[in-house]
Amino acid sequence: MVVKLGVPSKGRLMEKTFEWFSERGVMLSRAGAEREYSGAVEGIEGVELVLLSASEIPRELAAGRIHLGVTGSDLVRDKLAAWDSKVAELAVMGFGHADLIIAVPKCWTDVDTLDDLDAAASAFRARHGFRLRIATKYHHLVREFLKINGVADYQLVDSQGATEGTVKNLTAEAIADITSTGDTLRANHLKVLSCEPIHRSQATLFKSRMAHWTDETRATLTELTEKMGLGD
Amino acid sequence: MPRPEISKAAIKAEAARLKAFFEESGAQPVEMDILLPAEVLLDLYGEDIRARAYVTHDPERGEMMLRPDFTVPVVQQHMTDGAEPARYTYAGEVFRKQEDMPSRANEYFQVGYEVFDGSDPAAADADVFARFAEVLADAGLHAATGDIGILKAAVAGLKTTERRRAALLRHIWRPRRFRALMTRFSDAGTVLRQQNLDRVRANLKDAEAPFIGLRTQTEIDSRIRALEEDASEPPISGSEIELLDDILSLKETLPHVISQLRDIAVDLPAISGAVSLLSRRSDALAARGVDVEHLDFEASYGRTSMEYYDGFVFGFYAEGRPDLPPVATGGRYDALTAVLGQGRSIPAVGGVIRPNVLLSLKGGA
Repeated sequence: MVVKLGVPSKGRLMEKTFEWFSERGVMLSRAGAEREYSGAVEGIEGVELVLLSASEIPRELAAGRIHLGVTGSDLVRDKLAAWDSKVAELAVMGFGHADLIIAVPKCWTDVDTLDDLDAAASAFRARHGFRLRIATKYHHLVREFLKINGVADYQLVDSQGATEGTVKNLTAEAIADITSTGDTLRANHLKVLSCEPIHRSQATLFKSRMAHWTDETRATLTELTEKMGLGD
Repeated sequence: MPRPEISKAAIKAEAARLKAFFEESGAQPVEMDILLPAEVLLDLYGEDIRARAYVTHDPERGEMMLRPDFTVPVVQQHMTDGAEPARYTYAGEVFRKQEDMPSRANEYFQVGYEVFDGSDPAAADADVFARFAEVLADAGLHAATGDIGILKAAVAGLKTTERRRAALLRHIWRPRRFRALMTRFSDAGTVLRQQNLDRVRANLKDAEAPFIGLRTQTEIDSRIRALEEDASEPPISGSEIELLDDILSLKETLPHVISQLRDIAVDLPAISGAVSLLSRRSDALAARGVDVEHLDFEASYGRTSMEYYDGFVFGFYAEGRPDLPPVATGGRYDALTAVLGQGRSIPAVGGVIRPNVLLSLKGGA
């Protein structure tokens, strides 16, 4: 049995992940042609690299089809119900930082806080006959956050991309999205609410609690964590 | 923790037994669809229901929901072709996602009893509670009761602005935000209210941002006026805040609660009507053989369960089994019929029993 390690299949997240592992003595690389989604592992025996879309890695970890996986902590928390019963954080990796925030039009001079948002939502619903719409793809995290903070009279509308544009396009009144620099928000005339972010995300190495762990794969994991200096 | 599996056949038989009890009491049996149009439920319950219910899509009818409870379809059917007074009973599956408690069933039976009768609300409340108490008598359950109408009346009677009363009423079902609002409107919130206004005024001086979105300048302006009003109005008096706190913390047997509420009503006369309804309900319960002397009453009970319970609320619990959901819950939901009836409201009270929970207790689990 080999330990299957799921890593994002492209872009900066993949490159940074490869770098992070190589700094710790484990070389990951894509095998064969540029477009082929298989990889090679050097520096340790018994680990197989599986290249996957970052957004599928939470699901694969929860299903136990991979033993280890690198993805954003936001995705794991949003996609997996009771996430910490299914996966464990082995290491936060120090890159891929992004905050999940709520943003509203900058022209809303009366709204800076969650209190303000709640009051605005109440009046909005009374006037327009429907709940104030918040566009997001992080349904679970946003809903839980607004519930804990007692915000009412809103609804979530799904937006899988270009979320910052939904307000101008009149398909939402506010958004909840990941931001690192805030440039896209400013360019779209949005401002971030002054509360703590819903979640501070970064790339994280997760261990699946659902995968089938044998004595052999357990031993490989111990070797890997010792070699790389990770606390299990 | 592995629980002895109870067969679906046994649960169905138990549900049929409970439903037969309500039919013998004169309730009319009704059947409801399992697939319901999602729009009404989503508008009523908001995102909370989306987190808890299964939503699916039909190419013709749009978003559909697997029945998360019977209350809404029963109210709708009654409003379309029911004659008053009416009493209904039903039994069937409901479907709930259990994201926070994955060990709980996501498909389970409910048996319900609903009364639509505005002639004597205290008697209707007592009728529902007494029948639940009777059919559950052998299970050795603990009954909890409350009355959201008391808190609503107290808020409605506060000597402050209409806007503040409305804000508090809106958040009665969200205790944390209710508490935050109480603080903000009190003496302790005076600085905060001024800060809120100063912050917004500072925003106004900021460089103009282009206007985007559906929310209009008029709405923004009226919110700013509300903040101005809130900053300039005197706080809700310390004595009124204390009275609210007294009500919120009431937790005693029913006769004790009634006598304490009568004391509070001297200083807060707005609750007198709600207190006398509570007292009439207590009499009606006693007349039906309920041991009101030992009946627990908690003024905050039911505030987090369902937004539209707005009067009498109750639950039956297995003592020493916090792992189990309540065996039965119910209450008065006039506010829900008002929303569904778009102005036309029907006094309504009812509740549901979970036969699977009842059976798991009988099995000695």
